[in-house]
Amino acid sequence: MSVSINSGGGPIGLRFKPTGRRHSTNAPSPDLSHNIILYVEGITVSFDGFKALNDLNLYIETGELRCIIGPNGAGKTTMMDVITGKTRPDTGSAWFGQTIDLLGLTEPEIAQVGIGRKFQKPTVFAEHSVFENLELAMADSKRVWHVLFAKLNGEQRDRIDEVLQIIGLQDARSGRAGALSHGQKQWLEIGMLLMQDPLLLLVDEPVAGMTPQETERTAELLVSLAGKHSVVVVEHDMNFVRSIARTVTVLHEGHVLAEGSMDEVQNHPRVKEVYLGE
Amino acid sequence: METTTMKPPSILLAALRQDRGGQILLALLAAALVLVPLTNLVVPEGSALHLSTYSVTLFGKYLCYALLAIAVDLVWGYCGILSLGHTAFFALGGYAVGMYLMRQIGTRGVYGDPILPDFMVFLNWKTLPWFWQGMNHFPVALIMVVLVPGLLALIFGWLAFLSRVTGVYLSIITQALTFALLLAFFRNEMGFGGNNGLTDFKELLGFDLQAPGMRIALFVTTVLALAGAYLACRYIVASRFGRVLQAIRDAEGRTRFIGYKVESYKLWIWVFSAMLAGIAGALYVPQVGIINPSEFAPINSIEVVIWVAVGGRGTLYGAVAGAVLVNYAKTYFTAAAPEVWLYALGALFVLATLFLPRGVVGLMRRAAA
Repeated sequence: MSVSINSGGGPIGLRFKPTGRRHSTNAPSPDLSHNIILYVEGITVSFDGFKALNDLNLYIETGELRCIIGPNGAGKTTMMDVITGKTRPDTGSAWFGQTIDLLGLTEPEIAQVGIGRKFQKPTVFAEHSVFENLELAMADSKRVWHVLFAKLNGEQRDRIDEVLQIIGLQDARSGRAGALSHGQKQWLEIGMLLMQDPLLLLVDEPVAGMTPQETERTAELLVSLAGKHSVVVVEHDMNFVRSIARTVTVLHEGHVLAEGSMDEVQNHPRVKEVYLGE
Repeated sequence: METTTMKPPSILLAALRQDRGGQILLALLAAALVLVPLTNLVVPEGSALHLSTYSVTLFGKYLCYALLAIAVDLVWGYCGILSLGHTAFFALGGYAVGMYLMRQIGTRGVYGDPILPDFMVFLNWKTLPWFWQGMNHFPVALIMVVLVPGLLALIFGWLAFLSRVTGVYLSIITQALTFALLLAFFRNEMGFGGNNGLTDFKELLGFDLQAPGMRIALFVTTVLALAGAYLACRYIVASRFGRVLQAIRDAEGRTRFIGYKVESYKLWIWVFSAMLAGIAGALYVPQVGIINPSEFAPINSIEVVIWVAVGGRGTLYGAVAGAVLVNYAKTYFTAAAPEVWLYALGALFVLATLFLPRGVVGLMRRAAA
């Protein structure tokens, strides 16, 4: 199947020119001169003969907000695992910008070049305070020797306070992260992503278990992040996807079934058949 | 504008201010530093206040165990690496000092050989093996005390952590490590005295090892080493590095995805911990007067974990409390009712796990609150 990039997705944020703000991490910055931040080409992953991903092709533009939907087992989480280095594909390639080959990097290296991930099940550091969770995630050198003597400077403190403000957890800043409600943990995870200051955010089911109000605020937040960052959201909640999506990619059996605006994919006959046609 | 740098000592001071247990521990150590030499050397024998040299040595031994327990708590309590082989590093540090002490015996040995220790003469060896060369120099021995355990930990950790061996599998291979060393050191051909190990020490730095003054010097050194190790470990766990360790303990995969090379962190703390264990062993051997392969026995390493669990893991001072309490109980029971001891130890572990998940110090903290 041929894949058309941004088919009918409307104008999306191409103004964003990355500033190379990967401070003091010694990690290379991706070359975004072609306005594509992520290339996933011909990726196949099989587990014991079952093809979780089958010749998957996906291109994410710089500053784009992309939603990925698909039934259970379509390969959404496996795709994120491949991009973040957790799973090695059998074949195919994955590039971050023009020059960084993701398949040759480890998980921490991928995080350092600027890809952040929020997991489906919120995993915050339960025994640390909310503030410390954000501190740990902060974009800073993560080498042992630096971290052993590291101390927050004023700018970094301000940044943490700013993120606490954005995720609405100012009052919980010194509380244990493990004591937060489910929705708050989701928010803290998003805050940790923001602290990493990644160029590309991979967000797995951000509104699972959230109240309608929380869902709404999450939608606003993700929309506001697009442009400055490229955001890929995997979500089951169709109303949520409709409220934020510019371009939607439908995965099915490890393969891209359709791509386009929400209306387009909803009217796609194959999509209706396998996923939306309930 | 807030100033941006806070020097490492200020991180430590800030941590100590909130560390009640640590304050108490350091105060007790300071008191021991004054009272033990005083009551042993100055107060005359026969007085009710006199502390026997036997007791000094016994306390010194407990404090060596406490140092070993801190080393285990650092990796287990803070980084989730359950080591069941830490006495391997302890014993290696002990052997390093033991080799130095053997070389100091000189012609006073049974066979009177100026170079070769007795067991080598007995085995009909003509020359000193290469790894015994230079061990007659105290500084060389001191370097070996940290270098050998550190190197072994580096190689072992490199292989284990890079292949992402974790949890119970890692614990099992640490047992295998110490068991392999036990078997190796039993062999006479290894050149470490085989079954009998190294003993019959006479002098340390030219001073009689049995003299009360020497006993006190060893005790004082042990107290200082324990206090220093405590401060170093407290600094580490209070730094951002320590917070990364705890993040690894609680959610290893997540730590990786926010950009930390988990393997480097584990390796670093593992090697540091092994070196502390080596120092503990080096202080232990001159005080007990012998080092033999039984120190490598897997059961010993498990016992250390029990001390930490009973005292309260992830607190550092809890490890000290656990080591001293359990070993005091051991000394008492093995004299009063030797056949009961192993059952008592087992029961202690089960009860601590069931009813005192935060150990003795957790209980005391709850009582205080």
